[in-house]
Amino acid sequence: MNTSELARRDKFQFSMLLNDKRYRSYTFQFFALFILICAMAYLGKNLLENLAAAGLNISYSFLGEPAGYDINQRLIEYNSQSTHLRASIVGVLNTLLVAFLGCIAATFFGVTAGILRLSNNWIVAKLMMIYVEIFRNVPVLIWILIIHSVFLAFLPQPKAFRGENPEATMLWDAFAFTGRGFYIPKPLFNDGSFIVIVTFILSIIGIFAFRYYARQKLYSEGKLLETRWTSVGIFFIPTLIIYFALGSPIGLEYPELKGFNFKGGIHARGSLISLWFALSIYTGAFIAEVVRAGIQSVDKGQSEAAGALGMRPNFIMNLVILPQALRVIVPPLISFYLNITKNSSLALAVGYMDITGTLGGITLNQTGRAIEAVLLLMLFYLVISLSISAIMNVYNRSIMLKER
Amino acid sequence: MSEDNSFVRKEMISERIPPAAERGLVKWVRENLFSSAFNTIMTFISLWVIYSIIVAVTPWFLNGVWDAKTVRECYDLLDGKSGACFAVLKERFPQLIYGFKYPSSEYWRPNLATVLLLIALAPILFRRLPRQLLIFSAIYPFLAFWLIWGGSILTSVSAFLGCALAIICYRRFSSGSFAIAVLVGLIAANVWWIIGGYIVDLNKSFLALEVVPSRDMGGFMLNLLLGTIAVCLSIPLGIALALGRQSGMPIIKWICVVFIEFIRGVPLITLLFVANVILAFFFPPDTSLDLILRVLIMMTFFNAAYIAEVVRGGLAALSKGQYEAADSIGLDYTQSMRFIILPQALKISIPGIVNVSVGMLKDTTLVSIISMFDLVGMIRGPILSSTDWNGVYWELFGAAAAIFFVVCFSVSKYSQWLERQLETDKR
Repeated sequence: MNTSELARRDKFQFSMLLNDKRYRSYTFQFFALFILICAMAYLGKNLLENLAAAGLNISYSFLGEPAGYDINQRLIEYNSQSTHLRASIVGVLNTLLVAFLGCIAATFFGVTAGILRLSNNWIVAKLMMIYVEIFRNVPVLIWILIIHSVFLAFLPQPKAFRGENPEATMLWDAFAFTGRGFYIPKPLFNDGSFIVIVTFILSIIGIFAFRYYARQKLYSEGKLLETRWTSVGIFFIPTLIIYFALGSPIGLEYPELKGFNFKGGIHARGSLISLWFALSIYTGAFIAEVVRAGIQSVDKGQSEAAGALGMRPNFIMNLVILPQALRVIVPPLISFYLNITKNSSLALAVGYMDITGTLGGITLNQTGRAIEAVLLLMLFYLVISLSISAIMNVYNRSIMLKER
Repeated sequence: MSEDNSFVRKEMISERIPPAAERGLVKWVRENLFSSAFNTIMTFISLWVIYSIIVAVTPWFLNGVWDAKTVRECYDLLDGKSGACFAVLKERFPQLIYGFKYPSSEYWRPNLATVLLLIALAPILFRRLPRQLLIFSAIYPFLAFWLIWGGSILTSVSAFLGCALAIICYRRFSSGSFAIAVLVGLIAANVWWIIGGYIVDLNKSFLALEVVPSRDMGGFMLNLLLGTIAVCLSIPLGIALALGRQSGMPIIKWICVVFIEFIRGVPLITLLFVANVILAFFFPPDTSLDLILRVLIMMTFFNAAYIAEVVRGGLAALSKGQYEAADSIGLDYTQSMRFIILPQALKISIPGIVNVSVGMLKDTTLVSIISMFDLVGMIRGPILSSTDWNGVYWELFGAAAAIFFVVCFSVSKYSQWLERQLETDKR
């Protein structure tokens, strides 16, 4: 084979687009892109034709029009004359509210159940197993509906709190659990409360700074500083001193029974409470499994080795077991948080006005702007999901096993 | 030498039984229930929880009324006692299972389809069964379509023959290029379906069952239907997406990444909104896809994105040596995927796929929100809003939860069993 022949073989020929591995991938990608563009164009053409036939157009101007419906559970000011945009924002905040509360409660349920499932107490371990299996294997929508009807059926109505010998009483005269929702005290911020809050935040930063200092001290000089009680002290003392020095600027407004209903305080509607509870107890069952798997994934030799070094049990847990278990637990935990956020869209079933209920529900039905509303809805959830998974990737990289 | 006087025991003393606290039930109870103060407290709390549940539920369950026409009749029979009104389950049983429109004379058809489904699944789930049974599994989808939707059997037969023809053509050409073989298979099938369409039109009453339109499906049947079809369709799509995401071709990779992340980033309910109100805009004006089909498309996409992630995990778990070994013996991409990579990767991902699929089956209840009458939709809609059964929450939702629990629990037990089975294979 002489050189000219080699050169000729290397020269580009059209058959290489199919037969040569170097060029074939370009052919495939070109076809993929071509098919994709054709499909998009076809769908887009249909969309435009259908819209024209129905006399519709794509426009977001409906967001500026008055919504005309009421939202009873809201975090910001809103009335029926507010715009659809504001209704959507109320919905977004409601979604975030129930997701945030749900994540905290689900972590609590999950960690408790996961640890108790590993308990050496047989009956507790079995009870937790039953909890996990029952909640994991039944759709969350059914749980939401069941728990909603539990709240309606078992909690007393506000009128049960009335009279000389009421059937139900308030807890410490501050909390009322009724079928219409929970009434809890509302903090009132008077003049000077800002300083108290700033002090509180500063003291929390102080705790972290102190702990960091203690760790540096331990590593550099080998001195073990007392951290627990000092932290508790930093947490409470400065804030309390400022609080009383300024004459108790933060007060509480208690809910009170007025007529047939409670007035004052914060009113968390039954729909919020039941959705919150159902989501967190359902997701808690999944988190319990993750926690259990995480703890079990740490080799027994690890705790034995730590014990052989003479570490005390709480040090073994904090310094040896947990850091290794968390590496297994945290990534799925975050994806369960994401699941709570996405599942909170089932609020529609109990009438809680989250973003799906406002923008994807009433606004969509009133204005008929299905495409715009659903697109915005998806965009909202996408932004949340993608930002959480971005955070997760950063975290994963930071705790990734560093093999040397 | 005189007799040996030393005291040496000649025979062993029989073992003494351990002290009472260290054996049998007592030991077990001590170690498992009362090993420490904290454990003792926990035991008593648990016992109290179990006791209060039993006290609350048992009379409710035992006093249950099974024969009544309305909820008022039920309460009259209970006469103030705590008791369940199971009569609603008995009276509305067909509605809960088949929906309220499926013709009652045809209930045997979904029943038969379900039984046959179990038979068709058996060889896929249990590898010990004879492989010949897989032929029935291949026929089953067409048979089930005929049984559930009705119409002439020729439609199903023609569709099946088209698929069979595609496979035969593919086999014929598969010694050459994979892509060409697939292409030939697709063309052959489509040609057959066009011809078959005319043949089917000729005789519409041949072995015909009463036609049941999609909108008449309901109840738990609808959940099973949506779940099964979406899972079956999404597994191949999911595998394709996972391979696309792993591939070195940037455009194909990014198409797959965008698709997967988009679907996984939004809740299923928004995709169902798309199916309900938007999807129709994207089809030509004169076509009318019915709602079930549109929901199925979205559910398949949804499940496929999740399965793709599971399969990607399986692909990533394989050691690089497997890919290199396949390359080094000169296999091309399709060959190495089909013979080396996918068999191993799929084996690792089966438990994950089963979990995702159980999740899909549970999520089929969401269709009740877009006013389809699945099990939950039937309960929330026609049954609870009827004057006869207004306010019977517990029995209905309890029954729905029980049905889903039985199905999902057995599937997840199967997946655990399979996981153990595959682990022993590895050794």
